Amino acid sequence: MRFLIQRFNPETDKKPYMQEYEITVTPDMMLLDAFKAIKEQDESLAIRYSCGEGVCGSDAVNINGVNGLSCITPLAELKEPVTVNPVPGMPIIRDLIVDMSQFYHQYRAVKPYLIRHDPEPEMEVLQSPEERDKLDGLYECILCGCCSTACPSFWWNPDKFRGPAALLQAWRFLADSRDQATAMRLDELEGPYRLFRCHTIMNCMNVCPKQLNPTEAIGNIKKLMLKHSI
Amino acid sequence: MSVARRKFDTLVIGSGGGGLRAALQLAKADANVAVVSKVFPTRSHTVAAQGGINAALANVVPDNWHWHMYDTIKGSDYLGDQDAIEYMCRAASHLVVELEHAGVPFSRLDNGKIYQRPFGGQSQNFGGDQAARTCAAADRTGHAMLHTLYQQNIQAKTHFFDEYFAIDLIRDEKGAVLGAVVLEIETGEPLIIEAKTTLLATGGAGQIFRTNTNARINTGDGLGMALRAGIPLQDMEFFQFHPTGIAGKGMLITEGARGEGGYLLNKDGERFMERYAPHAKDLASRDVVSRAIYTEVKEGRGCGPKGDHVLLKLDHLGEEVVQKRLPGIRQTVKTFLHIDPAYEAIPIYPTAHYTMGGIPTNRHGQVVVPMANTSEEQVAGLYAAGECACVSVHGANRLGGNSLLDIVVFGRAAGNHIIKYLKEHRQHRPLDMASVDRALARLARWDLKGEGESVQTLKAELQKTMEEYCGVFRNQEILDQGIERVKDIRQRLQNVRLQDHSQIFNTARIEALELENLVEVALATVVSAANRKESRGAHSRTDHPERDDVHWLKHSLCFTTDLRLEYKPVRMKPLTVDSFPPKPRVY
Repeated sequence: MRFLIQRFNPETDKKPYMQEYEITVTPDMMLLDAFKAIKEQDESLAIRYSCGEGVCGSDAVNINGVNGLSCITPLAELKEPVTVNPVPGMPIIRDLIVDMSQFYHQYRAVKPYLIRHDPEPEMEVLQSPEERDKLDGLYECILCGCCSTACPSFWWNPDKFRGPAALLQAWRFLADSRDQATAMRLDELEGPYRLFRCHTIMNCMNVCPKQLNPTEAIGNIKKLMLKHSI
Repeated sequence: MSVARRKFDTLVIGSGGGGLRAALQLAKADANVAVVSKVFPTRSHTVAAQGGINAALANVVPDNWHWHMYDTIKGSDYLGDQDAIEYMCRAASHLVVELEHAGVPFSRLDNGKIYQRPFGGQSQNFGGDQAARTCAAADRTGHAMLHTLYQQNIQAKTHFFDEYFAIDLIRDEKGAVLGAVVLEIETGEPLIIEAKTTLLATGGAGQIFRTNTNARINTGDGLGMALRAGIPLQDMEFFQFHPTGIAGKGMLITEGARGEGGYLLNKDGERFMERYAPHAKDLASRDVVSRAIYTEVKEGRGCGPKGDHVLLKLDHLGEEVVQKRLPGIRQTVKTFLHIDPAYEAIPIYPTAHYTMGGIPTNRHGQVVVPMANTSEEQVAGLYAAGECACVSVHGANRLGGNSLLDIVVFGRAAGNHIIKYLKEHRQHRPLDMASVDRALARLARWDLKGEGESVQTLKAELQKTMEEYCGVFRNQEILDQGIERVKDIRQRLQNVRLQDHSQIFNTARIEALELENLVEVALATVVSAANRKESRGAHSRTDHPERDDVHWLKHSLCFTTDLRLEYKPVRMKPLTVDSFPPKPRVY
């Protein structure tokens, strides 16, 4: 199978270029397995990966034009030659490795932690199964960055627009029956950029490897804002 | 070469649950703490833990910490230290509630309390009916915990060094640990981090085996660093093989699948665990279930065209239960096997999972080593917690649900003890440049150019060797051959050369440094296994099939600098309750 992979080493290259590789594949291989086989030929190819099963979120790349995790992308589903680029819109450190600082900054900025003002009870804070169900589809985010780096609004304003991943987490805490900082969280998202740069292009939900839906979460935040303003 | 220096009160190496729980304790106490991790914190392997965390909350059936303690000691095949086990089981409920308060999205019961499921090796009333002690967030409990702990550290303003690789500890001539030399992966620049206290929380070393449930990053870096600093590793012969890995691939299928009512079948459709563990059946301890599967396959009752696996049946639970309680493994099985476990049984086979052994510590997380007059002299300034440590609460076999508990209990305990230590030791000791130079030399060695074997080839050979010569069933002849083979690999490592000598994000160099750690850990594992002439927990010797409490109720300590073994007694005396003396272990 043929692969075209974007290479860039700032020590030696002026700009990124595409390198071709050909390897023998078997039907059940994932793209990550192909990367490993390529690395046996050429150890200089730099990628991030760890768990190999779509849980740690290290290996987001752009595959034939669509963001995804290499470890859970079957080669059988890909058109040849397989073109692999770093996820778009982020500074490239080397080859397929990008600088995620801006993405993490936006994540931290939504205060992604439970805030409560009540004294702590001795035992767990009670939460009904129905209340807990509201966190499904939110807490599973693995911070791979597939969504935010597929979002044109995030490409243009990565410093001002929180982006789909961070906003999904903002909603994860707004939706949590235990959280007591709704007003503060909503205030933080006011203004033309942080939340409202979302133009419901919906790339985020299309590329999410965990089948989460940031667009819907963003819509829910907007609805809650409206409810709070009247 | 002048190397940049930074100074902190505490250096935490590793950002899994253990490192982050300790860092949180320290940051909240206003200690100046740096967390160094070779990956961004939420990529750490805690993220992959599935089934849950044990605590006797008694939300579903009656329970108490004392029963949990008994089960843990029995599960450990009596090799666990009973003071540490009492401490852990007593602390469990409080710490799980604390995690809930911090935001962990635990699944819930109808009354709003934390959902708990049955897990292997759990009983009520000291060996009675099955308990339900494992607190779960669906089957993504590790993910939920790791993200919450990272989030808490964001709030506490912990200082993170993300994507820095720890090369070696800095240790002075008196034996005190002064911090570590680390490598900034992005730039390729080394950095000296001086610290009054250093905590190793680097996780396990499942990558010494070919088929494993572990992430690529689980290369035993802290274990390698300890060995090179002259610190022995304890009980390395005990490596857990998880009964239910996806056959041929190794991905983990949580024990929670059996906790929810799933069970194992051989090719005759027989629920074979009834023969091996009449009482606990599929929820016997992991070592017991793994050996049963091997035996079924070996005796010709395996499934599939090659008869090389057994089946885990879940379809009788119904799609709703599978989706609600086991959504993560459902997704994994669909992705990698193209079948839906809500309708079809999963082909499974045991796979390397957890490092029970590790850096010897006491229950405060202090690293302790044998000295002239004692088997437990503290190494000044050095702590360890989590899978890289051996407290020992898991002894010869860890119970499912006790690893997530171990990391929060002993991460916090180490944090607390460090706070105390910092009050008594206000100054940094002078930096030992000879020690720094040794660490830098280890890094510089990979600048050697020329032809040689590749890192990938040698790593693959090591993993295959360990699988063949130090697997589930062992004997003297095979283990002795294994020692020779690993020694040969260690020798050949000297001749390995990198082709890529670039500085910026050189992953090939990181993998070379990791391989050095893997080889040392593998050697400690096979040497310790060859020396223990009994069967206990996960260590199964066909030439010594019985447990031998007269000669072997003791911990091994393996030094790889001079390939030496020492032994120390098991702490049989708990903190407050009566000791649980060894009994025959039946499930």
